[in-house]
Amino acid sequence: MLHYFRALFGIINRELWRFLSQRGRFFAALVRPLVWLFIFAAGFRSALGIAIIPPYQTYIPYEVYITPGLIGMIQLFNGMQSSLSMVYDREMGSMRVLLVSPLPRWFLLVSKLLASTFVSIVQVYVFLAIAWFYDVQAPWTGYLWVLPALIVSGLMLGALGLLLSSLVKQLENFAGVMNFVIFPMFFLSSALYPLWKMQESSELLTLLARYNPFTQAVELIRFALYGQFNQGALLFVTIILLVFLMLAIWGYNPSKGLMPRKRG
Amino acid sequence: MSDSNSTPSSGGLTVNNLSFAYGKKTALDNVSFQAHRGRCTILLGPNGAGKSTLFSLVTRLYASKIGSIMVDGRDLSKTTYKALADLGVVFQQATLDMDMSVLQNLRYHAALHGLNRKQTHQRIEQELKRQGMYERRMEKIRQLNGGHRRRVEIARALLHEPSVILLDEPTVGLDIASRQAIVEHMHELVKQDNLAVLWATHLIDEVYENDHLIILHQGRICADGIVSGLLEEFQADDVGQLFQMLTTAQRVA
Repeated sequence: MLHYFRALFGIINRELWRFLSQRGRFFAALVRPLVWLFIFAAGFRSALGIAIIPPYQTYIPYEVYITPGLIGMIQLFNGMQSSLSMVYDREMGSMRVLLVSPLPRWFLLVSKLLASTFVSIVQVYVFLAIAWFYDVQAPWTGYLWVLPALIVSGLMLGALGLLLSSLVKQLENFAGVMNFVIFPMFFLSSALYPLWKMQESSELLTLLARYNPFTQAVELIRFALYGQFNQGALLFVTIILLVFLMLAIWGYNPSKGLMPRKRG
Repeated sequence: MSDSNSTPSSGGLTVNNLSFAYGKKTALDNVSFQAHRGRCTILLGPNGAGKSTLFSLVTRLYASKIGSIMVDGRDLSKTTYKALADLGVVFQQATLDMDMSVLQNLRYHAALHGLNRKQTHQRIEQELKRQGMYERRMEKIRQLNGGHRRRVEIARALLHEPSVILLDEPTVGLDIASRQAIVEHMHELVKQDNLAVLWATHLIDEVYENDHLIILHQGRICADGIVSGLLEEFQADDVGQLFQMLTTAQRVA
């Protein structure tokens, strides 16, 4: 059992070190949501009125509405970044060091996932601290309640990244992931606008957005930030997490997965 | 050429009737051999002979249902993790994290193999000193030259004290001096630690007279034995001629 803990600690330690030592990645991860918060939200504030919708009990500025979406964005990009680095590691060979270690492959992949989620949570709290100074403040208990929500949503988005890394064979193909995964997931969700607003434009898009796992992750975070529990979102995100994770583990299985095609 | 005539001890790596294909393309066809402890087993073959596929199967990166692989008596398909714990691997591609220091790379490997803090410290110090890299432990991998990176990878492969070491063309891309140094160093380690070493290469000058030689060509073994014995058997002057003879004959056939 100690072996498992040591390996998990080693993997988390490595991911965190890599994240902190790559300053460009650290700042990019922070600047992206902050640009949306400071510039995009400021522009949209007057154009988009937010009615009183749960979990909010009063009218809220657009910056407050968009914050859970930007938290989701941090975790979504982190999941994709982690998947990109796994494809890179596989091409460069360092992924092999992990995969030939004497531990079950599912454990190694889950450890990698936990490490990536941990890194994303560190980013989220730094973002929340900056947003706090910008008057985007949740009740202080919300900062604690949001932690379990961040773990589940981070794991789900990280598992998506893991699954993609098992499907994407070459680094060059990763640009497609941006176009076909990140952008549709982000824009077709409740991150930037409430679904009732979208419904005014298109019923179909609203339906798609409602069943978008990213929407459910954002809603889970939004409610948790205000100390409320969104049971439906939690259930949805957990189920999708398990599906993505199982598919990713299957994808990395040496005898059943997508790595080599075997005869034996 | 080595002048050692010591007999290798039992254990090591045993491959029995192993076959593997990528779709319809056969990569390995009924391959069987043994790599004994205390001796370097050189797996010689041209590019595309199936060496890297064999390494991927032995390290369980790929899996095959045809044939078996035993690491120091343990069946890789049945006791996978115990068998993997007994393997040290130096891959063809550099697999060190370039932005991390020598020490950090080795600590990461030690964690994956479940070494505790004290063992990690002791083993890293011991192996880096043996590779002459201890003084450079704080340097980032990016700052090291190719030969030194390989030394760190060898130290890493030995860190958890495995009984079988796999080296997949470890001298590719190195200058002659670095290549010679690594070849000599590995031959010394085999004797010192009584290791079983499987060394894949396509470079004939890396083969010593007392080495166990396996020639792999088009996924099949066409020679298996001690170099001096094979030279006598096939009436070849040197390994180059032997290799040429066997791989050309196969190609014509």
